[in-house]
Amino acid sequence: MANALEYKDVAFSYGEGGFRMEHLNFSVAEGELVAVLGHNGSGKSTLARLANGLLTPDGGEISVFGTVLREKNLFDIRKQVGIVFQNPDSQAVASIVEDDVAFGAENVGLPRKEIGERIGYALRAVGMEEYRTATISRLSGGQKQRVAIAGVLALRPKIMILDEATAMLDPRGRREIAEVVKQLNEREGITVLLITHFMEEALLCSRAVVMNRGEIVMEDAPANIFRRGEELLTYQLALPRIGEIANRLRAGGMNVADALDVDTLAEEIAKCVS
Amino acid sequence: MRIVAEHLSYTYNAGTPFAAKALDDVSLTIEEGEFFGVIGQTGSGKSTFVQHLNGLLRTPSSLKRGKKKDGTVLTVGGFDLTDRKTDFRALRRQVGMVFQYPENQLFAETVFSDVAFGYKNFAEKKPEAGEVERAVRDAISVVGLDYERVKDMSPFELSGGQKRRAAIAGVIVTKPEILVLDEPAAGLDPLGKREVMALLHKLKESWCKTVVIVSHDMDEVAENCTRVAVFSEGKVQYVLPPAELFRRTEELLRLGLDIPLTAKLVRALGQRGVTVDCDFTAEDLVRKLLALGGDQC
Amino acid sequence: MLKDVSFGQYYPVRSFVHSLDPRLKILFLIGYIVAIFLAQELLALGICAAVLLFAILLARIPLGKVLRAVKGVLFLVLFTAAVNIFFHGGDKVYWDGPALLWEWKIFRVTQAGIMLSVFLVLRLFLLVIGSSLLTYTTTPVSLTDGIESLLTPLKWVRFPVHELALIMSIALRFIPILMDETERIMNAQKARGASLDSGGPAKRVKAIVPVLIPLLLSAFRRADELGDAMDARCYSGGKNRTKYKKLRFSWRDLLAFALLAALIAGIVVMYIFPVFPL
Repeated sequence: MANALEYKDVAFSYGEGGFRMEHLNFSVAEGELVAVLGHNGSGKSTLARLANGLLTPDGGEISVFGTVLREKNLFDIRKQVGIVFQNPDSQAVASIVEDDVAFGAENVGLPRKEIGERIGYALRAVGMEEYRTATISRLSGGQKQRVAIAGVLALRPKIMILDEATAMLDPRGRREIAEVVKQLNEREGITVLLITHFMEEALLCSRAVVMNRGEIVMEDAPANIFRRGEELLTYQLALPRIGEIANRLRAGGMNVADALDVDTLAEEIAKCVS
Repeated sequence: MRIVAEHLSYTYNAGTPFAAKALDDVSLTIEEGEFFGVIGQTGSGKSTFVQHLNGLLRTPSSLKRGKKKDGTVLTVGGFDLTDRKTDFRALRRQVGMVFQYPENQLFAETVFSDVAFGYKNFAEKKPEAGEVERAVRDAISVVGLDYERVKDMSPFELSGGQKRRAAIAGVIVTKPEILVLDEPAAGLDPLGKREVMALLHKLKESWCKTVVIVSHDMDEVAENCTRVAVFSEGKVQYVLPPAELFRRTEELLRLGLDIPLTAKLVRALGQRGVTVDCDFTAEDLVRKLLALGGDQC
Repeated sequence: MLKDVSFGQYYPVRSFVHSLDPRLKILFLIGYIVAIFLAQELLALGICAAVLLFAILLARIPLGKVLRAVKGVLFLVLFTAAVNIFFHGGDKVYWDGPALLWEWKIFRVTQAGIMLSVFLVLRLFLLVIGSSLLTYTTTPVSLTDGIESLLTPLKWVRFPVHELALIMSIALRFIPILMDETERIMNAQKARGASLDSGGPAKRVKAIVPVLIPLLLSAFRRADELGDAMDARCYSGGKNRTKYKKLRFSWRDLLAFALLAALIAGIVVMYIFPVFPL
């Protein structure tokens, strides 16, 4: 079966002297939840924008479920690949939640009744059904981003890309979004690309890739990636704090096994000190 | 300069149907030389509080002639912020304020003139060119930018992290005694975050006497602050050093606040019968754990 | 905070007026404004005021909230009133006493002047309150939908009706955001010693630059981000687009329409056959 999303030898650059991507090769299988890590300016957002034709590659091919992205099938691809962006305050076109969620569904010309149903579905999926007629500007950052996710869901995409969608949120908002993302992947079977620089969020994912200078430089299970701390540092990334503490303990002679959640590490430490 | 607030309250849009109480009888003291943390959820009043420190928000008695003082105390060093006659300009020179995403305040054609903006504004009389240049050079260098390279560049050509540094330079150029920063590391990548925190320590050593940060990141607070004030629904719940504050895990969680990773670990270890007494910095936790007998493994 | 300044904002309650078709409300407002200008005597204006009061009560909006809408134009209204009181002149008599009440140099206060300024003040107030009632009871989206629908005939002459409506909707959405942003930037520059509210005109214009530039940059950045977000949600103009909220006339609309027709008819009759001419 074809991959959900595939980049084949993709090249892209923002004018001379700017950012360059030369040979991007990367694929995501259907149903995966993949984290894309990388420092600011490593090409993460470019990767996202290429996926649904917001940017056009200078070379190579991008395909979605086996269909190569071209000018003429742009809209079919966009229906399948949704993107949620960083800023909770600059994605909504309307002032009221349901009007904004309806926007995408209206754009593709769905009948009224179906739009209504999709709004219901999308708001339920992000846990915002009670806010259907609320004013967006009065919501919290996390809620605004959930509305943005719902607006994309109303198009019933098969792939959802979150382009640093949690970067401007407080910890509570980040938790809300992490929760929603997991649900979308598990319950709705949506393939998710989670672009983030919160290392902890990568731990939600089954696979993580690290980008640097427009290339994928690491690709593995998050636990394995975080085992390569030195290498991460060369890509201007850091371990999640928990990995750092485990490393320091090991460096001090306490032989704890790798652990990326609090309970496992506590278990390991308890074994050593008791 | 010491910051003292007693019985400080603040209501947005007072006297209108939109009135919203943001601060409710807040009392707290920040000593000179502290690296002070202000934490709380969005809407807890923490930003409202820090905006009082340089007079961007003011008490009623400092705004209206003849308005009686009502027992509210708010002083920064020798400045009485409840008094209408206080020279708020002079105060602002002493209390530098870095807002969230400060790179959004850059406006000038060159990094030099953007950084010089604050210096010229606060100067008593028109400063000499050499004087301005010296101050700007110092400020740009101390935030870790290469003065010769960036001074004639447009601030908008800088990278994200550099822009933030330039913006911070634009605030500290007057050598304020107190530096207040609202979420200084927000939106940066992990390395950028570390660099900003390192910069703040450097500034506290060599430039400003007191640093106050507003933060959502408990790890950041646990690692860096001497004391922390916890805001919730407009009130100050605790003012404690991190070492004591993060012992109250359950209470903090009940307030809907996060706890630092180190506190989570200590808690999880406690549930497994391992008691660790640390100050909740990663360094201390690791040291104490190793001292507990890590060589058995 | 700036964003809370009453900007003809939607007032979310359920009411007869809220549930009316926005197109009808827009037409009603236009008709109402026409009626106000046709009203040439206090009685006619009084009828207009009564209808407005009735509408406010029906809309279940607190009177105080509606009256606050007047605050913004208060200066203009008082200025107009003062000009008329002191300069209008005229020798018509409305109550027992001399037509000319007071005179000093070029200032003349007459009965006619007083009557006229009362009339003008009332007219302006009704105008402002009436318009704000529309925005209090109609969400920005249905307002723009209404305008779009009313302008539909213009599509025949290739006027970009849909785009215009979308622009309005987005503008309404971003006004509070940009006001917030303005406040933030102003605070940031004030903290850097900028004095934004003192000095002569030239100085003030110069002082605004540090606020204006970041604000413009931020607005452009947001426009860019919004554009991407719209593209990503398959936006491609008004073609083949459907609308979730269809506007439909209901019995309520008919009722309201009847009321409006009666009002205009009444005012027109009084226009032709004045009862107490001014």
